[in-house]
Amino acid sequence: MIRVELPQHLRTLAKVKGEVILQVEGPITLRAVLDELEARYPMLRGTIREYGTLKRRAFLRFFVCMEDISHRSPDELLPEAVAEGKEPLLVIGAIAGGLVGLRA
Amino acid sequence: MSKVRLLVGTRKGAFVLTSDGKRRKWEVSGPHFAGWEIYHVKGSPVNPERLYASQSSGWFGQIIQRSDDGGKTWEQVGNKFLYDGVPGTHQWYDGTPHPWEFKRVWHLEPSLKNADEVYAGAEDAALFHSKDGGQNWQELSGLRGHGSGPHWQPGAGGMCLHTIILDPKVPERIYIAISAAGAFRTDDGGKTWLPINKGLRSQFMPDQDAEVGHCVHHIAMHPSRPGVLFMQKHWDVMRSDNAGDSWTEVSGNLPTDFGFVIDVHAHEPETIFVVPIKSDSEHFPLDGKLQVFRSRSGGNEWEPLTQGLPQKDCYVNVLRDAMAVDSMDECGVYFGTTGGQVYGSADGGDSWEPIVRDLPAVLSVEVQTLT
Repeated sequence: MIRVELPQHLRTLAKVKGEVILQVEGPITLRAVLDELEARYPMLRGTIREYGTLKRRAFLRFFVCMEDISHRSPDELLPEAVAEGKEPLLVIGAIAGGLVGLRA
Repeated sequence: MSKVRLLVGTRKGAFVLTSDGKRRKWEVSGPHFAGWEIYHVKGSPVNPERLYASQSSGWFGQIIQRSDDGGKTWEQVGNKFLYDGVPGTHQWYDGTPHPWEFKRVWHLEPSLKNADEVYAGAEDAALFHSKDGGQNWQELSGLRGHGSGPHWQPGAGGMCLHTIILDPKVPERIYIAISAAGAFRTDDGGKTWLPINKGLRSQFMPDQDAEVGHCVHHIAMHPSRPGVLFMQKHWDVMRSDNAGDSWTEVSGNLPTDFGFVIDVHAHEPETIFVVPIKSDSEHFPLDGKLQVFRSRSGGNEWEPLTQGLPQKDCYVNVLRDAMAVDSMDECGVYFGTTGGQVYGSADGGDSWEPIVRDLPAVLSVEVQTLT
């Protein structure tokens, strides 16, 4: 059981309250968790990772066990505490530096 | 009895404002998609209950929403906007090559014939097309692949394709405008495109006859005369009587010809409206007076319309997609401001009333006349 905590706007899109619980097969990596998340909640495709490149969107960060893993390889194994469901994967929107549209 | 429905996109959500044909009392629904930037909401002319909305965020990217009950409920549809092939580069602000990157959808234009068909104008500039109600999107890449693409440059608001006009009489003809590449026309449904910028003059451009590079802010057309186009450029109000083949300036006696919006009266194809803005460095009305200017002669001769609009201490802007006209017998005119007001006139611009005063900054206004 993998726990994922999404920011409010993504919970609204996914129509979920609280944490998302996922069953992920195989090695528990960030990629595997996000693949499963997007498979179960296809409305989140493109909102966390860009289409095509699957790059993390610039103003989102990934935290596990108090550590920012945003710049690590998505194929690294996540900590055991996450794999065992004791700790969640946190998807967090940057508090500062969000891109403000300049529409005119 | 007829009804009027305003679709308002704001910096923090969408709002649907409805009224009967008198247009005096309004019901406000929203915010829909609270907290998200709603660049545009527009209804299908084939099925007015079918609406499309562009929902975006710097954090979470682009979402497209669709409603089949006039905005009461919404369904998230496709958001996979991928450029066709290798995107290549356009010019960056400093003139260096910069890779094409999708950022958001500025404008959604439902087809005139099929409620499931819709076009999307994107930043970085590209035109996308869906034939299945927004589930899947394909780029009409002949536009971006026009030979001039590597020379396009963003305007201050980004390199956005913000205007899409479908010709109601000439099949396969579409006009689009990009800031700051200019206006383009296709006569074959989007396969090939022609820049239509002859006659435009832009102070910031060394080559005054350049084929592309003009900062077109908005274009409007009356459906009865689709070959006649009106343009609010960065500076200058322009018109074309030959489907954009050439343009002439019709700024005439406007106190300033900088601005963003332009629209055409629903029943008088030579009556047009603009909201003059002081300058490109001061995006607010002259002297703190919010004035719509109306020309009944297709330009050149303009009259200020002020009744009901604030005439002191008003320093809002009116953005390019934030004006619309209804098609009631007495044409209604509407516009929204960056101060969150939506003003309406039920008498063709003679007098105005605020419909709402305190929305988030208004990005776009569309109107539907419902029978």
